[in-house]
Amino acid sequence: MQFSENWLRQYVNPDLDSQELSHVLTMAGLEVEELLPAAAAFTKVVVAEIISTEKHPDADRLQVCKVDVGSGEPLQIVCGAPNARAGLKAPCALVGAELPGFKIKQAKVRGVESFGMMCSAKELGLTEAHEGILELAADALVGQDIRELFDLDDQLFTLKLTPNRTDCLSITGIARDVTALTGAPLSLPQIAPVAVTATQQQSVKVNDPAACPRYAGRLIHGVNAKASTPDWMVRRLERSGIRSISAIVDITNYVLLEQGQPLHAFDADKLKGNIEVRYARNGETLRLLNNTDITLSQDMLLIADDSAPLALAGIMGGEGSAVGDETANIFLESAFFAPDVIVGKARRLNFSTDSSYRFERGVDFGNTVQALERASQLVLDICGGQAGPITEVLQQLPQRKPVRLRLERLNSVLGIALDTALVSTLLERLNFGFTGVEGGFEVTPPSYRFDIEIEEDLIEEIARLHGYDHIPALAPHDEQRMLPSPEASRNSNWLRDTLAASGYQEVISYSFVDESWERDFLGNANPVVLKNPIASHLSVMRTSLWAGLIETLVYNLNRKQDRVRLFEIGSAYHAGENGYEEAGRISGLVYGNAAPEQWATDDREVDFFDVKAEVDRLTAGRAQYVAAQHPALHPGQTASIILDGQPVGWIGKLHPKWQQQHQLPRSAMLFELALEPLLQGKVAAYKQVGKFPPVRRDIAIVVDETITVQMVLDTMRSNKNALISDIALFDIYQGKGIAEGKKSLAFLVLMQDTQKTLTDAEADAVMAELLDLLVQQHGAALRN
Amino acid sequence: MQNLEHIISAAQQDFSTCGTVADLEQAKARYLGKSGSLTEALKGLGKLSAEERPAAGAAINVIKQQVESALKQRRNAILQAEQDRQLANETIDVTLPGRNAGTGGLHPVSLTLRRVEELFRSIGFEVAEGPEIESDFYNFTALNIPEDHPARAMHDTFYVDDKHVLRTHTSPVQVHYMQDKAPPLKIIAPGRVYRVDSDATHSPMFHQVEGLWVDEHISFANLKGIVQDFLQRFFERDDLQVRFRPSFFPFTEPSAEMDMSWNGGWLEIGGCGMVHPEVFRHVGIDSEKYRGFAFGLGVERLTMLRYGVNDLRLFFENDLRFLKQFS
Repeated sequence: MQFSENWLRQYVNPDLDSQELSHVLTMAGLEVEELLPAAAAFTKVVVAEIISTEKHPDADRLQVCKVDVGSGEPLQIVCGAPNARAGLKAPCALVGAELPGFKIKQAKVRGVESFGMMCSAKELGLTEAHEGILELAADALVGQDIRELFDLDDQLFTLKLTPNRTDCLSITGIARDVTALTGAPLSLPQIAPVAVTATQQQSVKVNDPAACPRYAGRLIHGVNAKASTPDWMVRRLERSGIRSISAIVDITNYVLLEQGQPLHAFDADKLKGNIEVRYARNGETLRLLNNTDITLSQDMLLIADDSAPLALAGIMGGEGSAVGDETANIFLESAFFAPDVIVGKARRLNFSTDSSYRFERGVDFGNTVQALERASQLVLDICGGQAGPITEVLQQLPQRKPVRLRLERLNSVLGIALDTALVSTLLERLNFGFTGVEGGFEVTPPSYRFDIEIEEDLIEEIARLHGYDHIPALAPHDEQRMLPSPEASRNSNWLRDTLAASGYQEVISYSFVDESWERDFLGNANPVVLKNPIASHLSVMRTSLWAGLIETLVYNLNRKQDRVRLFEIGSAYHAGENGYEEAGRISGLVYGNAAPEQWATDDREVDFFDVKAEVDRLTAGRAQYVAAQHPALHPGQTASIILDGQPVGWIGKLHPKWQQQHQLPRSAMLFELALEPLLQGKVAAYKQVGKFPPVRRDIAIVVDETITVQMVLDTMRSNKNALISDIALFDIYQGKGIAEGKKSLAFLVLMQDTQKTLTDAEADAVMAELLDLLVQQHGAALRN
Repeated sequence: MQNLEHIISAAQQDFSTCGTVADLEQAKARYLGKSGSLTEALKGLGKLSAEERPAAGAAINVIKQQVESALKQRRNAILQAEQDRQLANETIDVTLPGRNAGTGGLHPVSLTLRRVEELFRSIGFEVAEGPEIESDFYNFTALNIPEDHPARAMHDTFYVDDKHVLRTHTSPVQVHYMQDKAPPLKIIAPGRVYRVDSDATHSPMFHQVEGLWVDEHISFANLKGIVQDFLQRFFERDDLQVRFRPSFFPFTEPSAEMDMSWNGGWLEIGGCGMVHPEVFRHVGIDSEKYRGFAFGLGVERLTMLRYGVNDLRLFFENDLRFLKQFS
């Protein structure tokens, strides 16, 4: 809502300057988004009349003018404007005047003295147009300050209004609030019924009283639709961002701004028979004022006549019944349409109008006829004509129900202590009707307030008027209880810190990705799709965080990074059978050398086992790895990660085809894990430490190369000999001395007896058992 | 005996020219070896009379001890010199860089979220989470934003289907939590939120922290107190001013915008208010008995102000040169 400060001050003029007024409004919930001067600053520019002109003796394009500025003696002024002519009234900047960007001095122009400057609109900062000096009306008063003539000492306020303050969508409404806030007296325009000098009356039928509880209208005959809109009205409209169109349209817009009541003027000669307010019928069409043809749906309320729809009620008029230059007779409508009937309809048609904006939020149903009288008076004053009697259909107006306000509740919700007298004063300033009752008040809000229905609404109003600044900032007192701190569960911050300590940089990428990531890269044909994505390449929800990591990698490779380690913690989103499912993931990408380039470490490309070590760390060594296939990953370097028997994620090398597609000079290693299982740890439980030294025995075997280390370890561990405390692989060898297709694996076995020192014979027996198992299950041979 | 005295000085002289332990062993043999001069002298004792022998033997032993002492001294000196030489050879340039595994770090938004969580945890707030694909009931209806309410136009909402949206705020977490738990409640709910908006100052995805305190005697004055306390602690500035302006949110009443003092002006930092009775009704909390406040803070905004970041888009471009600054 943008408006002229001077207009507002005509209705209420508190003893505050523009900045102070702006602060008061902002702190009362009417946020001033912008406060701008209506015109650039300038001084000493007055209305002047050119008495005579003669050609400059030394310049073809210049004229020497005698100019009356109302100071008695005419001034000699040299002027280059082609439209300077005797009899023209135009602005004249006097010697000493300050214009935007320059000062006016007495000067010689090509040898001729000049005592001022005739001004264009551009030179005064009024418009960008530059077409000679500004031509003023013939009746402009010579000598009058231009700022006064055009009311330029004005500020434009732009309010960012919240949806509940529909009552402030007019100058009248804002003025009322300023009165409530400052106590300055309110003087609104006096509105009296116009003299009815014609008898014709338009018949109106309202089919659905709930949709249109009040409808008023009148015919005005013999108007001059071509009359020009008075300057003051054009100016006020412009300062509210509304362009002047024609007198009648301007008047309806003006009353909308002044009273908050949207009005519509029909060309009465284009109406056929009765006016009917009804819902649209299936298939009906209407060409709107903005020249779009719409097909109406049955929930759209119409103004229609006997033959066709005329207007979308409360939203926009129809082209067929619009007022034009030739219009002689008008039907002026002022109505109250129920907000829930109007709401959403304009949005469905992809536009919003000043009218729909107000009706959706609530228009003062107590002011319908007043606003019609106000508009009628302006039409008669500006366009002439004879007004007929008002037709009013009044049914089922909304009732303002009294709302109980308890003083105790008010004070305890706000944390302050207001007394009955102060609250009464505040209610009075708000112009709310109220009666004192036990413990508080019964308050009846006025018809223009659509936001006062429950006690909290009143508490907010009282707080607002009392001033939020006057409510103290207090620490709450409550019972102090410690929060639970389960030791067996870890915070995701632990994972972040672990990876950061390993050189990984956390990133945050969008949860939506290009569909091709899901379809091709992840083989997911059924991602969660956004109906209205921000961009076509961000149209589906991710099921893996890898897309973001790879895009981040590419972004940074393009910026000359050559070693990149990234991780992200975030959600993945699935379209599940029971609705949408989302679960936290932790995902990592490693690219480039295992270590940064440096003097003391050999360059080595990062590999599967570097990243596996990271996953082992995140899973506290509990993860198992099973060779598996994933569309994004290298078929021979991919594992499914198993935790407590459940697959929880993937690790592997980026498939060469994706490396190629994203033009990566080197490959990347990727991992991704479900977050939830990683956050479950356990509370440590002490086990007795053996008093006797452990015994280490090594065993080297030769097996087929297809047999995995995990298989061999599982076999040895299946022995479950209580003496064995640990088994670990310490060497793997293929090559000279080992047959083709075979490999040598060397394990260390640690043994421990908690009760006594192990004998060689006991240790040998354990090793023999293990070897037997390996021979039987894997065809292993002891390596010599 | 003069001859013997001579042996001491000869041995000392001899030892002192030895540069290595091996040389020293050879020199030792010349005095203490099988045919060394002291050994010869001892052998000569047999020629002496029984009366002379003890005194002469004692004298030789004294000499022998002195030679051995000189030998030991020299051996230690040689070993010390050898060790010194070896240590000198092992000298390194301690200014060479240490072996570097690379530095990682957290995203600045994570750093902010962690600080926010720690500050609120210190006064007993728990962290709550909720889904990002949210039903319109939780995102709107339960928050007193019915279908077609103009307030829905305030949110530029991503739709997944007719009934599901990407949550436009973290406020739905309030609703889930209040449905599940009985008051008193003190939570903060950090997380990703989404709006169909993308330009220099808007990202289609960003982060919010929602705070909620529900108890019997919670007031608007307490809301002001908590928010002011938080902002002063977060920015580590006791003189930071916080201003509350009346505003409108369907799920709180009274509602306020929070501004904080910054560089001589005011900056909008979030919205807040007392939980609306309609929201309590949806989750079955008696609004006569309980009251609550809720607030929502923009995490990126806090992060930008805290670290002086001047462009929102930096947070999601993930340029390592930007991110590494927060390591």
